[in-house]
Amino acid sequence: MAAASPSRRAWQRFKRNRLGYWSLVIFCVLVVASLFAELLSNDRPLLVRYEGQTYFPMVRDYPETVFGGDFETTTDYLDPFIREQLSRGDNWALYAPNPYGPKTLNYFAKEPNPSSPTRDNLFGTDDRGRDLLAQLIYGFRVSVLFGLALTAIGVALGVVTGAIQGFFGGKTDLAFQRFIEIWGSMPELYLLIIFSAVFAPSLSLLLILLSLFGWMGLSDYVRAEFLRNRQLDYVRAARALGLSNWQIIWRHVLPNSLTPVVTFLPFRMSAAILALTSLDFLGLGVPPGTPSLGELLSQGKNNIDAWWISMSTFAVLVITLLLLTFMGDALRDALDPRKADQ
Amino acid sequence: MSAPTLPAARGSLPPEGAAPPWGGPAAGLGPALLDVKGLRVAFGGQEVVHGIDFSIRAGEKLALVGESGSGKTVSALSLLRLVHNAEVSGSALLQGRDLLRMSEHQLRGVRGDEVAIIFQEPMTALNPLYTVGDQIGEVLQLKKGLTPRQALAATVELLASTGIPEPARRANAFPHQLSGGQRQRAMIAMALASAPKLLLADEPTTALDVSLRGQILDLLADLQRQHGMAVLLITHDLNLVRRFADRVAVMERGHLVEQGGVAEVFGAPQHAYTRRLLASKPERDVVAAAQAAAEPVLRARGLRVGYPVPLPGVRGWFRKGEFVAVQGADLDIAPGQTLGVIGESGSGKSTLALAVLGLLPHGGELAVTGQGWPEALRAGQARALRQRIQVVFQDPFSSLSPRMTIEQIVGEGLLVHQPQLTAAQRRERVVVALADVGLVDDPRHGSDWLQRYPHEFSGGQRQRLAIARALIVGPRLLVLDEPTSALDVTVQKQVLGLLQRLQRERGLSYLLITHDVDVIRAMAHDVLVMKDGQVVEQGPVQNVLESPGHSYTRILVQASS
Repeated sequence: MAAASPSRRAWQRFKRNRLGYWSLVIFCVLVVASLFAELLSNDRPLLVRYEGQTYFPMVRDYPETVFGGDFETTTDYLDPFIREQLSRGDNWALYAPNPYGPKTLNYFAKEPNPSSPTRDNLFGTDDRGRDLLAQLIYGFRVSVLFGLALTAIGVALGVVTGAIQGFFGGKTDLAFQRFIEIWGSMPELYLLIIFSAVFAPSLSLLLILLSLFGWMGLSDYVRAEFLRNRQLDYVRAARALGLSNWQIIWRHVLPNSLTPVVTFLPFRMSAAILALTSLDFLGLGVPPGTPSLGELLSQGKNNIDAWWISMSTFAVLVITLLLLTFMGDALRDALDPRKADQ
Repeated sequence: MSAPTLPAARGSLPPEGAAPPWGGPAAGLGPALLDVKGLRVAFGGQEVVHGIDFSIRAGEKLALVGESGSGKTVSALSLLRLVHNAEVSGSALLQGRDLLRMSEHQLRGVRGDEVAIIFQEPMTALNPLYTVGDQIGEVLQLKKGLTPRQALAATVELLASTGIPEPARRANAFPHQLSGGQRQRAMIAMALASAPKLLLADEPTTALDVSLRGQILDLLADLQRQHGMAVLLITHDLNLVRRFADRVAVMERGHLVEQGGVAEVFGAPQHAYTRRLLASKPERDVVAAAQAAAEPVLRARGLRVGYPVPLPGVRGWFRKGEFVAVQGADLDIAPGQTLGVIGESGSGKSTLALAVLGLLPHGGELAVTGQGWPEALRAGQARALRQRIQVVFQDPFSSLSPRMTIEQIVGEGLLVHQPQLTAAQRRERVVVALADVGLVDDPRHGSDWLQRYPHEFSGGQRQRLAIARALIVGPRLLVLDEPTSALDVTVQKQVLGLLQRLQRERGLSYLLITHDVDVIRAMAHDVLVMKDGQVVEQGPVQNVLESPGHSYTRILVQASS
């Protein structure tokens, strides 16, 4: 009769919160779906059968001549001529549900760019003629992956530094706290602007810069938990048993100090997504051409008549952040010690 | 602190309400001041008090006794609807008015006026931001309508009546500037300010040191007599009941199982639970004191432990002061014997334990099984030494990591000291250890328990787990830091019995730290009395407890009988 561990009981309490639980489910489905974005939204067919031979345009480039075209260049599968070639006789092609990639320009749109939603472009196009739905799918993926990476790095740094300060205390703690005060008073935004002027903008540069400043808040929480837990009797008993410092940290103090870390995860993630979006909006973020929600928002601002750009981007952003916030609320309730045994 | 002295003339305060108009306190069979019938208290649909009846006459001292979780505090506090989220039903007639059916507004008039409360922990019951005088004066202004100037005079008088020296100066003191006993006296003065007819005293002496408990209790009895108020004393301490109360009501798991005069109930208990409670005084069942001078398991000469403390002012920037927690202690523990260390909170006894365990740096000479901590560390044998000395802490809730299973907690010592064991062998040893401490009857069924977490166990079971964790590495000396003071009396008796059995069977030595003379009497061969970091008296337990040489020991011994 194995009994429920504290984390298992917390998970059961989390599941009891319907809103938070379903937010988690939906969010996971969206993230997994966006990881397979190439299958959902792609300007190349997934599979082509042309004159008795099978081609995989999704993973390989084929010159147009293969499909009866005139040029040696890579096939443009949106070209009406190629489309016709691929549907003649026994030929067939399996297209992605949304036949545009994030960078595909729709040269065959019936309206000037940005084009409003049509049968071809379900969500319309942006001011360069790229399909908005494809932009949103890939932009969501970039945002979520960036948020995950930033959260993971921030958590790792925060936990390690907080653990060192809290567990060893005394002079270590004092020195580290002063360092955090100095580091924390650096003007983050100006540094970002300066660095984006000096270096070529890229996602990894952004990740490094934001990580450098993102760990301090969590570090303080972990430090406080460690300060509290290290003087409890079970830690003393572990010392009396002869465990080393690192064994005590790893086996005893850390598992009991993770509550604030877990509670803040969704909120940190939504903050990270929001940070990337704002920087992109300001033009300080990802390199041009990368699908990005912030860049779409700024397009929406510049083309205020093209309501489909701002509305759909806004909706994606709100839904993402809302799901994360609901998850965070449910998690906070599940880990609240005062509600622990209800 | 001086014994409570009561001013001969008590001015205008708090006398008027003292003599109840409906019958004197000595009337014996007067009408009930408070009549509780069918009181039920539930939290979120779960009932914890199952319909209890009791009544208090004016000027009567009723004690409500029971172990933790029996519902005694909840029953008393829910009369004034002071329990959060509780659903209360039944009736509680205070002079004919039902407290449970009053509006919140009416009830506010009763609280702190006709019915006053003293809480267990005066440090948290007093607001740290106001002076004691402000807080008592507030009651006087609210309930008696005095002007601030009158209230101040009355406050000083009240403080004087509770035996606080220099009451005029203390009225301007903040709670943290008073000692624990003085704080509790100030709480009592505050409760008495409105001349209540009924005083609810919720474990009024539990947070205090033993030597102060008697004084506070005497003070309460004196004031009760003078003011003719009724007192409902909530306690788990049968000694207090015997000394203080007229009548006693025994609670067990939300039921009132027995009530009556103290002499009748204690003399001829009817209910099995009352009998068990009365028989819970720990019994001495230990091997005889050693005669031959074997090599001591623990030997210390001039043991000294100090803490760095910040110095005030600019001096503190450059160097630290030192607070000496243990000064020049000499101790010897022979194999299979118990040395009891007794003293009040702050006397340095827990510091002594940590130093012996090698968890605090110390001065003087200290040898565990012939080896000192610094030498062991230099020789790289600290781990081997740790195997020979283990510890059991006071609080069974903080001494087990809540996120580890029983198997992980108990088996951890094996991971460190016998890393060659396989997981299966380790599990086998853990099950045997659990059987040794009486957690499982039969080692064959022990594996049911291994995957559980500490929160599923009661305080007594957790303490057994802590003992199993210490025993599994095979120590020769066990440091027991208040091993039973967080436990109920009946559980305390069982755990002490377990420790006695383990000592008999394995020849373990104990360094037993406690504030409870009864525990020392039951367990120790030798005893060492500490006060303010100094050892004031030491010797064989019979000599010290039968004919105490030091006045402090005498106070301790008296307080326990």
